[in-house]
Amino acid sequence: MTDKNRPIIETRSLGKRFSIGSRFSAEGKRTVHAVDNVSLTVWRGETVGLVGESGCGKSTLARCLVRLYDISDGELLFEGNDITSKSLSELRPLRRRLQMVFQDPSASLNPRRRVGDLVAEPLRIHGRLSSSEITRRVAELFDLVGLLPDHVMRFPHEFSGGQRQRVGIARAIALNPDLVVLDEPVSALDVSVQAQIVNLLADLQEKLNLTYIFIAHDLSVVRQVSTRIAVMYLGSIVEEGPAEEVFAAPAHPYSQALISAVPIVETTPSGTRKRIILTGDVPSPLNPPTGCRFHPRCPIAAERCRSERPQLREYRPGRKVACHFPTM
Amino acid sequence: MILSVRDLRVSFRTNDGLVRAIDGVSFDLEESEILGVVGESGSGKTVSLLAVMGLITDPNATIEGSIRYKGRELVGLPARELRRLRGNEIAMIFQDPMTALTPVYTIGWQIAEQIRAHRNISKSKAMERVEELLAEVNFPNPHEAMSRYPHQLSGGMRQRAVIAMALSCNPALLVADEPTTALDVTVQAGILDLVRKLRATHKSAVVFITHDMGVVSELADRVMVMYAGRVVERGSRAELFSDPRHPYTRALLGSIPPLTGEKPRRLPAIPGSPPSLLRLPQGCAFGPRCPVHYEPCEAGKPDLGSGTHAAACFRVAQA
Repeated sequence: MTDKNRPIIETRSLGKRFSIGSRFSAEGKRTVHAVDNVSLTVWRGETVGLVGESGCGKSTLARCLVRLYDISDGELLFEGNDITSKSLSELRPLRRRLQMVFQDPSASLNPRRRVGDLVAEPLRIHGRLSSSEITRRVAELFDLVGLLPDHVMRFPHEFSGGQRQRVGIARAIALNPDLVVLDEPVSALDVSVQAQIVNLLADLQEKLNLTYIFIAHDLSVVRQVSTRIAVMYLGSIVEEGPAEEVFAAPAHPYSQALISAVPIVETTPSGTRKRIILTGDVPSPLNPPTGCRFHPRCPIAAERCRSERPQLREYRPGRKVACHFPTM
Repeated sequence: MILSVRDLRVSFRTNDGLVRAIDGVSFDLEESEILGVVGESGSGKTVSLLAVMGLITDPNATIEGSIRYKGRELVGLPARELRRLRGNEIAMIFQDPMTALTPVYTIGWQIAEQIRAHRNISKSKAMERVEELLAEVNFPNPHEAMSRYPHQLSGGMRQRAVIAMALSCNPALLVADEPTTALDVTVQAGILDLVRKLRATHKSAVVFITHDMGVVSELADRVMVMYAGRVVERGSRAELFSDPRHPYTRALLGSIPPLTGEKPRRLPAIPGSPPSLLRLPQGCAFGPRCPVHYEPCEAGKPDLGSGTHAAACFRVAQA
């Protein structure tokens, strides 16, 4: 299904800077590099999972990919065309092909409108459909995401969290997009409902040939959904590779610590899994450490890591790591 | 026995009708034991512990049953008496550390205040104790941290500060309500380690509420699974995870994607969503979502029964 020859979206040394503070504050105006030098290629039909601790820049990167943020450095290519600095009006025709699903479905649904209208909204804005065609398409979308036809007349508050997320997904796929960015789509849902939405996303991907960028802090969900994983730390990708490979044998010490920290249900007596506990918190991106940005927390940091920043290098086809001493 | 809860029932009168948030919950807790309470939103896990803490002050709430702390009945105890226990012998940690911290005072000041509310010691003595406590919860530089305001700390550090506050009076019972849910897994691992260490050093009994089966299986000695205000299964960690009996427990464990090994093509999902407490289904509340549902399930609510490993299910009782 994955068409390896056609990257849908590609970044070249992409960076996103934010200015914070004001010149009147004690520290003056400062710049945060939320995303720093990211080169990532997303192929048609695959799911790329972005993982990392909060503040690592995964959501910022995802928003840059759909140009919800302006890009500060580097380039962004959509199907080979440079869209880095396209104006809003130039981007409009692209918007329907790049969609996004957010964590909190209620925050993105107007409480005073019926969900049928909410799902029809993108169709009205972008499509050239007559009102009867829109009604038909809405019914089709409701069926696709597993909502009942008579749900169209309901208001968002009449739904459970899982159903609201289905509405959010229906809105995102209404215009037959190519790429959908899913930013923590199941995090706000009850555990027993998460699996339903994960399955729904997989079904839709197959039926509609969608490409996903998937962000979640629950690593087992990310592994389930993703074909490839990119691990981020302080704004940069530190490891990239096929999902199952990265989870089975992470090469970067940070990925190792992250994956080992996931609590899992063990029916056999514990002690088989070694846990790496990181000391300290993620450093502030305002003032990143020199050399390898992970070195202050890294259990295997050496002198070289303090001075020289490792580049993301391809050790094996499709397997990239940014570390001087990767476990490969 | 630190805590003994018998047939606890909590209901709230609302405009839409009576909400039975807790419908007959019983459990015991021994010294230095960790009890994991698992459930989804609306399962009653938080409300049952708020009841234990005497923190349900809503005039529309009715609390029935018995909550005995070291043999002393807490239900109906005057607010003054409860205040003497809370923060002193019984401490609580919440999901959001900012519910327990004020933004306008330093961490050191806030923890010292907590100590001085329950112990008759001087301010400087209290401050010394704060420094010890912050060191105990692994602040790299406890002396410096005392002069920090909450906004200057990361989420994980704030949660550590709240834990230090909870421990300041050596509580016999620590109640933790989803204390790691808002934290990153790397930080969570550190906090779980800390809880384990505290149980060992302070001999505190811990009730740990979470929706994460993984966390429970790493931390708890005994586990209680709740659904729609009732306990559906209880057992030791080993019993519950190697031999889950209630269909809900089984389904919940089954729907977690694996972190290693073969990826299933589809996850075995539980249909539907947790019921509204205003419109509970007839009979067993899990009935409409249950894969092994049959007639008796609609007739009455199954009892949990006695025994260390028990499940409230007619099918299990029959087998």
